Amino acid sequence: MEKTLNNKAWFMVLPVLFIVALNAIVPLMTVVNYSVQDTFGNNVFFFEGTRWFTEVLHSGRFHASLQRQFLFTFTILVIEIPLGVAIALTMPRRGFWASVCLVLMALPLLIPWNVVGAMWNIYALPDIGLLGYGLNWLGFNYDYTQQPTAAWFTVILMDVWHWTSLVVLLAYAGLRSIDDNYYRAAQIDGASRWAVFRHIQLPKMKHVLTIAILLRFMDSFMIYTEPFVLTGGGPGNATTVLSIDLVKAALGEFNLGVAAAMSIIYFLMTLLVCWLFYTIIMQGEKE
Amino acid sequence: MGLSWMAWTWETATFFGVIALLLAGMTLWEIKQPGGAPRHGVLGLDTTRGDRLFISLLGSAFIHLGWLALAAGPLWWALGLSLVYSVLVFRYV
Amino acid sequence: MRLHRWLVPTLYIIFLMLPIYWLLNMSFKTTNEILGGFSWFPANFTIASYVKILTDPTWYNGYINSIIYVGLNTVISVSFALPAAYAFSRYRFLGDKHLFFWLLTNRMAPPAVFALPFLQLYSALGLFDSHLAVALAHCLFNIPLAVWILEGFISGVPREIDETAYLDGYSFPRFFTKIFMPLIGSGIGVTAFFCFMFSWVELLLAKTLTSVEAKPIAAVMTRTASTSGYELGLLAAAGVLTIIPGAIVIYFVRNYIAKGFAMGRV
Repeated sequence: MEKTLNNKAWFMVLPVLFIVALNAIVPLMTVVNYSVQDTFGNNVFFFEGTRWFTEVLHSGRFHASLQRQFLFTFTILVIEIPLGVAIALTMPRRGFWASVCLVLMALPLLIPWNVVGAMWNIYALPDIGLLGYGLNWLGFNYDYTQQPTAAWFTVILMDVWHWTSLVVLLAYAGLRSIDDNYYRAAQIDGASRWAVFRHIQLPKMKHVLTIAILLRFMDSFMIYTEPFVLTGGGPGNATTVLSIDLVKAALGEFNLGVAAAMSIIYFLMTLLVCWLFYTIIMQGEKE
Repeated sequence: MGLSWMAWTWETATFFGVIALLLAGMTLWEIKQPGGAPRHGVLGLDTTRGDRLFISLLGSAFIHLGWLALAAGPLWWALGLSLVYSVLVFRYV
Repeated sequence: MRLHRWLVPTLYIIFLMLPIYWLLNMSFKTTNEILGGFSWFPANFTIASYVKILTDPTWYNGYINSIIYVGLNTVISVSFALPAAYAFSRYRFLGDKHLFFWLLTNRMAPPAVFALPFLQLYSALGLFDSHLAVALAHCLFNIPLAVWILEGFISGVPREIDETAYLDGYSFPRFFTKIFMPLIGSGIGVTAFFCFMFSWVELLLAKTLTSVEAKPIAAVMTRTASTSGYELGLLAAAGVLTIIPGAIVIYFVRNYIAKGFAMGRV
């Protein structure tokens, strides 16, 4: 179905444009302005040129938190996507139990992020939390407030707990769009479970899975509240991902210029990945 | 309300001015002489003029960052490099 | 095979419910009992924490504030996004694709980057510490999301319906409110759900933009944690209460969630 050309449609988009521009462009411009200046407060600024950018790009601290960020995002994608697909494949397809599953699974998505962090903060404590106590009872020496590995494990487990359901919901929605006749035909042909997955279910889920990966990438790349409440970035700097480092620089140390330069580099990276995924999705839709 | 908190400088104002002019210019160009259907370029992507502008701008940003990270010397070189890159994008992508 | 199929979702749901159970368990204990040691059930079952929250204005005002700005944001997002989504779905216009992509990039913008300029922007507008400020700030990611979901639903409505209505002499506003909006009712519901959800769970901006008058519940919780030592029982009860509005909303839209995801390409 061809869309009609109508440039007056701009007027219908204008309100949205105005409100998003106010929220997006004005702050973005401000961040760019900050990034080339130094300040000691009171709105007095000194021009510094690209000094902060050079500093950030050469700083070991930035590289370290960037590395941690990529490690984090990569790990949760590798865990959450297959797990989410597996759960969507095994959960009831329709009826009462499907609704029960959906409601219970969506629950973590609706808990305020700082509550998620606070909840896990206690849940994982070795003396009074179920997870920490349980792990130690099983014989693991586990204390996320002291051990960097344990802290990583907890942050990742928390994210899996929090967000796998999103992948499940998306994959489930993709599976729902498959007509029952396909399954019947496959059964008559005596197709194996794997063949059904490979040739019927996976192709139908391809589109929603791209969206799932895109969303999980973006959201995990800007994750802040949950790990901050859980570990505060520690022990040491072990779980200081990009956003936490950024807020530390901006509000904690009041290094506005450095924080702004970091923001811009961060934003450009998100923009690049976002564009790549978007292009892939759009090209995929055309085929 | 004042705008002093936005901490404008001539340099950044010029930067945003140039971007705004580019967008306005592209709009005028499109009205005067529509670019037509997307083109299938060397990267295997279907792009219109607007897409090519976006690819040029984003790429230029990364060229500048790369210059600051890896090379020494005035940033004008990076700007030159970006211009060459943009011309290539508009010509071939 | 049967049993096997049930196993994975069941285990997963248990994994999801355990932390929530732990929170619930703690909310019925006194702080001393929580700190005293590990126990599966509260020894001295108490609802004192809940009573305290529901009777102390500094606490329950936090809930009211959160609900006001979330509701306000949902209304603004959906009503602004509707005409825009219609335009994107039905018409081609100059720069439409780039505009759509630009909107989406805002869904991806890290709030941490914007926190400080937001504070200054809304102070300059004289909106600091008002519900409207938080509601407008959350539009940054909710309007793009709403446009995206609604566009999916609107594209599912055949275009012949629009054309027939125009031929019957309907004006655009009348057609839109009388015929079109009822048609995409479930889509509007799903969109409202997602706007509610993302506004409800976001804290960084909500906390930055408020101090007293419009303080969200989540921020009340963090402040209590620092001023009066760790009142764990109270915090747990407050946490449980933040889950309830979400649970109610999910219950109402349970049949549309999956559809919303599929059609709306959240």
